[in-house]
Amino acid sequence: MASEARKAPLQFGIRLRRILCGRAGWTGLVLQLVFAALIVWLGYEIFANAKANLQNQRVASGFGFLSQTAGFGVSQSLIPYSESDTYARVFFVGLVNTLVVAAVGIVFATLIGFAVGIGRLSPNWLVARISGGYVELIRNLPLLFQILFWYLAVLGALPGPRQSISLFDEIFISNRGLVIPRPIPHDGLMAFLIAIAVAVVAALVLRSYARRRLFREGRPMTIWPYVLALLIGLPLLVVLVFGTPFSVEVPQLKGFNFAGGLRVVPEFVALTLALSTYTAAFIAENVRAGIQAVPRGQMEAGESLGLSHGATLRLIVVPQAMRVILPPLTNQYLNLTKNSSLAVAIGYPDLFSVFAGTTLSQTGQAIEIIAITMGVYLLISIVTSVAMGLYGRRVNRSLSR
Amino acid sequence: MKRVYVVAGVVLATALGVQSVAAQTLKTVKERGSLSCGVSQGLPGFSTPDDKGNWTGLDVDVCRAIAAAVLNDPTKVKFVPLSAKDRFTALQSGEIDVLSRNTTWTLSRDTSLGVNFTGVTYYDGQGFLIRKSLKVNSALELNGASICVQTGTTNEQNVSDYFNGNHMKYELIAFGTADETVKAYESGRCDVFTSDISQLYSIRLKLSAPGDHAVLPEVISKEPLGPLVRHGDDQWFDIVKWTLFAMINAEELGVTQKNVDEMAKSTKPDLKRMFGTDGNLGEQLGLTKDWVTRIVKAVGNYGESFDRNVGAGSNLGISRGLNQLWNKGGIQYAPPIR
Repeated sequence: MASEARKAPLQFGIRLRRILCGRAGWTGLVLQLVFAALIVWLGYEIFANAKANLQNQRVASGFGFLSQTAGFGVSQSLIPYSESDTYARVFFVGLVNTLVVAAVGIVFATLIGFAVGIGRLSPNWLVARISGGYVELIRNLPLLFQILFWYLAVLGALPGPRQSISLFDEIFISNRGLVIPRPIPHDGLMAFLIAIAVAVVAALVLRSYARRRLFREGRPMTIWPYVLALLIGLPLLVVLVFGTPFSVEVPQLKGFNFAGGLRVVPEFVALTLALSTYTAAFIAENVRAGIQAVPRGQMEAGESLGLSHGATLRLIVVPQAMRVILPPLTNQYLNLTKNSSLAVAIGYPDLFSVFAGTTLSQTGQAIEIIAITMGVYLLISIVTSVAMGLYGRRVNRSLSR
Repeated sequence: MKRVYVVAGVVLATALGVQSVAAQTLKTVKERGSLSCGVSQGLPGFSTPDDKGNWTGLDVDVCRAIAAAVLNDPTKVKFVPLSAKDRFTALQSGEIDVLSRNTTWTLSRDTSLGVNFTGVTYYDGQGFLIRKSLKVNSALELNGASICVQTGTTNEQNVSDYFNGNHMKYELIAFGTADETVKAYESGRCDVFTSDISQLYSIRLKLSAPGDHAVLPEVISKEPLGPLVRHGDDQWFDIVKWTLFAMINAEELGVTQKNVDEMAKSTKPDLKRMFGTDGNLGEQLGLTKDWVTRIVKAVGNYGESFDRNVGAGSNLGISRGLNQLWNKGGIQYAPPIR
């Protein structure tokens, strides 16, 4: 190490030349500069031309529209929103809706994808065939078709709100979505949440203590009664001292729809279902390929140690397969996020629908809005791939240890 | 995804300056030999293709009338079906020469979109379509209702104004195309479908059981629908504007598709000006002297087109109402051809 570091400054000039000019030497460098200048010029020309044309046609331009009042309703908003808010607010409403669909979709797609991918390699004939059938059926049908299928054929076939399916008269399922009771916070809520957090942390500490003792003394320790007592007992004690943490608002049918309670709109359910099942089919194939890339001997070795099939997979094969699975898995996450823009077909108010759709047609500022929207999707994708890259490095490090 | 490509393509086209010859639409159309006309994706009565791919409707007749006046052939029109939210971008970028697609004339559209509205083909207003089984008789009983609407329309903002103004709650679900909106309404996702009233009648015909649905009496907005063109070409603006005015004036003067040749021989001064036997009004527009004859021969006068497409002679059976001529109790009025 030390000698290399000392050599480096001497070779710096040569290295720089190699990086910049490649084998072609200084002529190569000049060519690269010309090419870069050409790209910059083209970009400038596009920008200047667009600006001149917009001015000629007297189309409004600039970003002033962001502070204008939007004046239209949005069916789902996780941040406070009303029609008197601005287009900038609409942008954030759409962005949050996109991120929520992407996040929930990624979680479910990963779970289903790993289950199906591992299932395809199962020694159980039926499980393997069902998993194989799932992959072939789902990945060969267009995604838009699947979204419309879930939305119109499955969720649309549910009864109306007045005939909704009810569970214990508290949870209602209808073609207006899923309505569940809503917790309303009281004074004791903070203490209650702290108690739960303390209980969870204590349970984790206990678990790691039990593990260390297992490795040190070779004797397993039964901890579940303590964990149970912690998780139930502590919050219960707090409730007795501080009073009920929250009351429950049960949804009631009033007029056309349910009033009160929390509602999950069917557009969200349909989109999440379609995106996660569709992407899961591709993830399943990545997982299968990753597992098959691990030498068979690893599986046999695990089984010969007396580990069950499941434990071998979980502890030995999948961790090694992750190295192969991760890069294509990142691609699938990016695809899912971008595919969520198909939401406009079923009226889910995602970024593309409310911003690049409604806002665009109301303000007519296509160039600005498309540029912002592209920038945001790009940013989401880059953040996702950087995060996955960091995770990938950790996996590789732990494998090479 | 197709929508993304359309918008992206249009943005790129605008950026690369395809539109540098904006001021020569008439020349471009003549050289091309066909008119590119933006219409709806299928709205019976206004613009809809039949099973052979022939477009018909009130908005389509405007396109054909322009083609007749400019190219002397009402069939030389390329119809470009557009969703509500893609229509303005298509016009701005030069993909179409004129947009004749049940589009409401508003101040913000007229100014900030870089377009000019040329007149009003149909005076409309927004209303609500609802299932009769819900037993609702007035829009004021709609508190808490779920409402389906097509995105990119004035209807979205009108709903917000109306419900907030009457202190009512609502849930608005906005879809990309008219078909998707109607499907969601039919599946029961929404209690109410809202749009311009002419569209509600038109769409009711498409539903599986039209008799189960009713249009509520309230009209919550003014929706003057008309054709529009790009900023920057005044000659073309005039041609499109006066094509519609010619149709309305023809009705006022009793000129019909049948009697047009006879009327053209008339010695009445206003008819002589109209048919070009006196003066050169058509040439002042950049057209020929017989421009009105061509228009009326191709699509008839305004009243004939109205009756054939949306009025008594059609499935829709909408009464003339506001769209009757000004001297017959309506507000349809065109400046004189002189």
